[in-house]
Formats: sequence, C-alpha cells, structure tokens
Amino acid sequence: MVAGTPKLNVDSLRAWYGSEEVIHGISFDVRENEIFGIIGPAQSGKTTLLKIINRTLEFTTGSRMGGLVEMDGQDVYHIKDVYGYRRRVGMVAPLPVGLPLSIYDNVAFAPRSFGMKDGEELDGLVQKCLEQAALWDEVKDRLDSLGTKLSGGQQQRLTIARALSHQPEVLCLDEFSIAIDPVTTMKIEDVLKDLRKEMTIILVTNLVQQARRLADRTMFMLNGEVVEIGDTEPMFSGNAKQPKTNAFVSGDFG
Amino acid sequence: MNDSQRFTKTTFTQKKESREKWVKVLLFMVTLMMALPVILLVSFLVHKALPVLSLNFITDIPRDLMSAGGIWPAVLGTIYLVVLSLLVAAPVGVMAGIYLNEYAKDNWLTRIINLAVINLAGVPSIVHALFGLGAFVMFAGLGESVIAASLTLAVMTMPVVITSTREALSAVPMSFREASWNMGVSRWQTIRGVVLPNSISGILTGVILEVSRAAGETAPIMITGAAASITFRQGETVYYLLGEKFMALSYHLYYTSMGWKVPDKLPNPETGEMVPMTQAALEYAQAIPYGTAVVLLGVVLLFNSVSIAFRYYLRTHRKW
Amino acid sequence: MQLQRSKWKAFSEGLIEWTIRVSGISAVVFVFAIFIFVFWEGKGLLFSDDFSISELLTSEKWDPTHTPPSYGAARIILGTFSVAIVAMIITVPFSLGGAVFISEFCGPRLKEILKVVIELLAAIPSVVWGFIGLKITSVYMKELGADAGVSLLNGAIILALMSMPIIVSISEDALNAVPDSYREAAIGLGVTKWQMVYRVLLPGAKNGLLAAVLLGMGRVVGETMAVLMATGNADNNPFSSDAPFLDLLVSVKTMTATIAKEMGDTVNGGDHYQVLFLLGVLLFSITFIVNLTAHLVIHGVKRK
Repeated sequence: MVAGTPKLNVDSLRAWYGSEEVIHGISFDVRENEIFGIIGPAQSGKTTLLKIINRTLEFTTGSRMGGLVEMDGQDVYHIKDVYGYRRRVGMVAPLPVGLPLSIYDNVAFAPRSFGMKDGEELDGLVQKCLEQAALWDEVKDRLDSLGTKLSGGQQQRLTIARALSHQPEVLCLDEFSIAIDPVTTMKIEDVLKDLRKEMTIILVTNLVQQARRLADRTMFMLNGEVVEIGDTEPMFSGNAKQPKTNAFVSGDFG
Repeated sequence: MNDSQRFTKTTFTQKKESREKWVKVLLFMVTLMMALPVILLVSFLVHKALPVLSLNFITDIPRDLMSAGGIWPAVLGTIYLVVLSLLVAAPVGVMAGIYLNEYAKDNWLTRIINLAVINLAGVPSIVHALFGLGAFVMFAGLGESVIAASLTLAVMTMPVVITSTREALSAVPMSFREASWNMGVSRWQTIRGVVLPNSISGILTGVILEVSRAAGETAPIMITGAAASITFRQGETVYYLLGEKFMALSYHLYYTSMGWKVPDKLPNPETGEMVPMTQAALEYAQAIPYGTAVVLLGVVLLFNSVSIAFRYYLRTHRKW
Repeated sequence: MQLQRSKWKAFSEGLIEWTIRVSGISAVVFVFAIFIFVFWEGKGLLFSDDFSISELLTSEKWDPTHTPPSYGAARIILGTFSVAIVAMIITVPFSLGGAVFISEFCGPRLKEILKVVIELLAAIPSVVWGFIGLKITSVYMKELGADAGVSLLNGAIILALMSMPIIVSISEDALNAVPDSYREAAIGLGVTKWQMVYRVLLPGAKNGLLAAVLLGMGRVVGETMAVLMATGNADNNPFSSDAPFLDLLVSVKTMTATIAKEMGDTVNGGDHYQVLFLLGVLLFSITFIVNLTAHLVIHGVKRK
C-alpha cells in the first residue's frame, strides 16, 4: 500500500431503497489501524453504510448505490471476486447470532468454506480466534456444544471470533453492544483496543461515551448526511465545529 | 371470574348464555359428524376384511383365479412406483423449493412460478393421467409401463415436495444467512452449510407425504400401465421390468371391486372340471377387495402418521 | 495464509445453482406441458366433420362408439356440476361449522387432536373413498329408492366427506388470520361469543372462507376415482326426470369418470381417444379457472 493512501476511501456515496434515497452523497476516509467511530440517531443510514462497505447491500431487493468506495486505492465495486473481498471485511451485527453448529464449527465455518482442511492448522486457528475474542477460556471445554445455546454476550464474542477467522483487514461493528450486558461490552472494548494493532476498525455506535472511549476520529451522521468529522476528544467536549454535533453529544436529541 | 356471575342474571342474560351453550354443543356435534362417520366406515371395512387379514395376504401371490392367496405383486408394484417417482420428484421438488425460497427475487417471474406450483397442485388426477399418456407413453415412446406411470406420479406429487421444502427453508432465520454472507461465504455454501442441514427434517416430512400420495393414486396409473392381473407362477421370484405393465395396490382395489367378478367355481387341479367353491373359499374371495382396501389405507395412514409424528418431534427439538 | 476459491469450486457451484434455477422454472414448464400435451392428443378431432364444439357442449347424445358417432357431452358436463353442487350443499355447513368450532370454541388439546384427525382424513386415497361409496353407502341408497344404489346422491355424499378436510383447514386458517383486536373489540361491547363469530368474524374472514369453498369445489369437480365408483356412471340427465328439481337417485356420468372409464376401450389416436382428450382439456380449463379464482380471492385482499 502506498504511504499516505487511506485504508478506506468513500466519495460522494449515495444509496437508495427502491425510489427512496437514504444516503445523500457522503465522503470520508478511514486511516489504517485507526478506530473510526460513526455516531448518529436511528435511521441515519449507518447500517446501510456498513452494508455498502462489505457489499452485502446487494442482497436486499431494490437497493442501489452510487459513488465510489475504495479500499487501498482499489474500487471495491469493480473487484471480480466478491467473496474474496468480503473476507477482507469483518462484520459484527447488532443482534448476537450463533450459527446452529458447534462452537468449533462456528469459527471453522469460513475457513472450511475456502478449502482449509481439518487438522492441526484449523484447530490452531479456531483457538487463536476464540482467544483474541476473549471467549476461549469460557468455552474451551465445550467446543462441541451448540453455538445457539450461548448467552448473548458470548454469542457476540463468537461473532467476533468468526469474523477474525477469515483474517479481515477492516472490522466493522454495528452497535455491537445494544443487546448485551455491560461486563461483556467492556471485555469487547478491550478486545478492540488490541485488535487495532492488526487491522482497521469502523465502529458504529449509538453510545456517545463508547465512541469517546474507543474512537480516534468520529463521524456524526444525521439523516443520511455527514454533519462533521473530526478527532473524537475535541468533538465530544463541546468544541465541535457544528452546533448540531454539540447538541447530539450532550443528549439534546437522538 | 365472569362479570355476569357477580350480578343476578336477568332473563336476557340467561337466554344469551343458554343459547351460547347450545351453539357450542351444536358445533361440537357438527365437528364430530366429520370424524365419526369416517371412523365407522373404516371399522366396517376392517370387519369385512377379516377373513383375509394376515401377513400371508401381503406376501403371497394370487392363486386360484385370484380368489385365494395374497396380493404381493400389487404391493411390489406400488413399491416400485413409490421409489421411482420419489427418485424424480424429490430432487427436482427440493431444488425448486430452494430456488423459490433462497434465490428468487420478488418479480413477475417468481409470481408466475408460484401460481404454477399452486395450479399444478390443483390439476385433476385424470388430467395428469392424460398428460402421462400423451407425454410419456406416446410421445416419449415408453409405452404403458412402470416407468411411464412413475414419471406421471412424479409430476403429480412434486408440488407437495416443493411446498414442504419452502416451509422448512423459511423457518430458518434470516440472521443465520446474513452472518454467513458477512464472512464471504457464497450463497450456495451458506445454503449447504447452514440452511439445508437445519431444514432437512422439514423437507423429509414433505417427502413422506409425497410417498403416501404416490402410493394411493389410481387414475394416473390406470391408463399408463397398471394391469388387472399378471400371472406369476408358484415359486417364481416376483419382479417387474421397468418397461412392462404392472400391478399396484390402488388399481387392484379398483379392479377387484368394479371389474372383477368373484368366481364361484374353480377348476379341479386333476380333472380340469369346474367345481363349486367351498363356503370358506367364497367368503375369502369376497373379502379380498376389502382386504386390499385395508392394506392400502393402512400403508397411507402409516406414512402420514409418521410424517405428523416427525413434525411434532421437530417442533419440540429446535436448535434455536 | 490466503485461501483462494479454486476455479473448480467456483465452476461446480455455478453448475449447482444453474440446476436449481432450472428446477425452479420446472413447475411452470409442467403446467404448460400438461395443457399442450392434452390438447395435442385431441386436436385432430377438432377438424373432423363428425365433430363440432357446439355439439360437444350442448348435445345430450354421447355415443362415440356408434357409427356415425355422436359427441354430445352436455349430460356429462351437467353430471359433473350437479354432483359437485349437491356435494357442496352438503359439505359447506358442516365444514364451516367445524372450522368455527376448531378455531373459536375449542380447547388447545382438542384442537391438536382434531387437526391431526383432519390431516389423516385428507390422506385417504380417493379409490378407498370410491370403494366405500360403492360397497357401503350405496346399500343405504338402495333403501332410499335408488335402483342400483350408486347414484348422484351417493357420489355427492362421498365427495362431501372427501372435501371436508380441505375446506375446514383453509377456513380455519382464514378465521385465524382475523386479528384478535376484532374479537376483543366485540367482546368488549358485551356480545356473546356466538354473536361475535356471526357478526364480526365470519364477515371479516369472508374472503378466505370463499376461497376455501372454491378450492373444495375445485377438488370435487376434478375428483375421478370416487365418482367413478360411487355414481354408477350411467348416461342420465338428472334434471329431466319427474323428481321436483333434481333427481338425486339417478346414476350420472361425470367428465372425470367418463374419461377414466372409456379410455381403456379406445384405440390410441382414434376419434374416441381424441374426444376424451378434448374432454380433458375442458375439465382442466374449468378447474384451472376455479383454482385461479380462489387464489386471486385470497391474495386480492393482500394486494389492496
């Protein structure tokens, strides 16, 4: 990667569901190894934005996008091997999901789909991903049990382990903490702080304080438009450039 | 507690409530009238079939101008039909169900396909028979045969498999598929690795239903190859060639109740002279249609009960 | 460690998905194929001098084996409809009553049991029903005055029993689909359960109930073995005899039974063979329209 090129570059991005435009031309970039926060009230287009980044918006009938999305300088929508691209992006959804397979099979699912054979290498990968996701100690003795029987917090960490199993370069988290307990939330926040050394992280969150704790820079989205992008700390201490940002951060609306 | 119990009932309320009770009783009787006649009729059938009911009836070949012995060739024919039609209807039906639930977009083509499945399910059995005659017996040159009849049955029973497959697939939550797609796993691999393993049981109930329908149908096989009687000699292994005519349980029931006349005289094996049958033999012969009906009914109800029991088991053993 | 999807895997997966798509369209293909093949086998007769469509539909003389042959199917068509209508008259009150009972007045345990019973009833093969009609109920018909027992009424009763499961289960679905808020609003006004059913639920579910009846009718019109064995299949006009409106005890022919019975006696490709196929086209068209109407009735509501 050429020095100076951002990891992810988004330019004049628009999105439609049917005839309704939900993202009205936004531009931003994400730098390598940073934790990039996206905050904003519900229905601002944050989830749609993530789905555009990992190219799963295509699965929704009637959806369309326009504009440019580049990773490492390469237009993401002109990459032929879509599956290969999606592997470079990890995604954690708001509601915890455990696939109805054993915990081991949950994490091994993606590598096996790409041809990895069972054996020591796969065992090692599963263990490493579960360790990185801070779940290994809790499940190491019951890797055979069903992933759907775990608690919400455990399933969310399982999702992170699954995401790590395909070695993403960018990890997207979409309000990962809304359905789990505070203790697990803290554990995952620590996990993210470690993971940033290896990858770039995009964190969509409704919790202003969470963005403050984790994000280097933050983008405030409102109704499908970007209001402001900047370093997190100044934005959240009342010194944001836009009055709307200050209002949102201090809880006046949203 | 009902409010009207706290106050003294006025005549108006009393009338309302007693009318209410009568209605409930009436409707219950009405419902009973659905189930009861059928149960009575079936018991009557079993009663009349008693002279022939034994394991031998199913395993033995017909003897003495079909007045004695068993109906094994018919049972075997039905087995052939069921297996062959299954081999065609199951893969095509399951794949069509997968297409409709996993791949089809919400457009006019999908709507037409949905309509076609529903209409295919509503085609009268005799029209399926005509189709089989025109397409498989005549056009494809298969002649009146096991294979033509099986293909006709396959087309007829496919909608059942398609509908059960769709239901089973749609019971798998969307979130599983999305979690899989997010990891860069392809659509088909997601289906194969997550969706199908968790809907296989629902699909199986559909397949069992298909089998039961294929076993019970008469009209489609009547003009595509079912035969009233095919002679097998004692000791010979009973089997059919796919290109031959065949006997089948459902057609056998039709034939022995409509076309066949119960003989009252049999040729004496030594002299060849026609000798009147004994009372016991006559009773046996007259019970054969009833016995056939009971066997056919038993097979079909057994399959359906298995399917129902299986569905119940599934509902109580969910993986999520 | 970069894992690549091998070219072979991508290709085989494409092949599988192609097969799936083709299977998806197969239903449409089959429906068309049925219509085309059935029409094809009968088309020759359309151009023959012995035949005219108006004769088929209006003449009462059905004598395909005579020289010259007559192809008047009016009695046969009438037979189909008279049996169907009588069957519907018998079954609709019972089926709807049963559906209302199961849906509204029934405890959960009993509901489960009844639903299983209905499903098993639906599974009984039509030839077994025909057998019952031939051997059992016809005996009672004889006592009512039918000569041979097998008759229009006999067939209608059997058809009524056969169509009950489908009408009950679809009606029950329709009643279930009425939102609970309707029920609660009515009860809140102080009406009894029966009044709630009669004035609120039945009108609210009327589309689904109509569809259930139509589908039951479609099934009845298309039924073959049961009518063949239970109505006697004799060439009579039930409307023309001395009985008040409809002679229930006379034996009638239906389209389905005629095709089934006479096909075995025909020469492949001959005129008789062809006219039976044309009758099949007529039958298919009727059931197609009835079923289509039923489903439009159900879905027409949703689209609005």
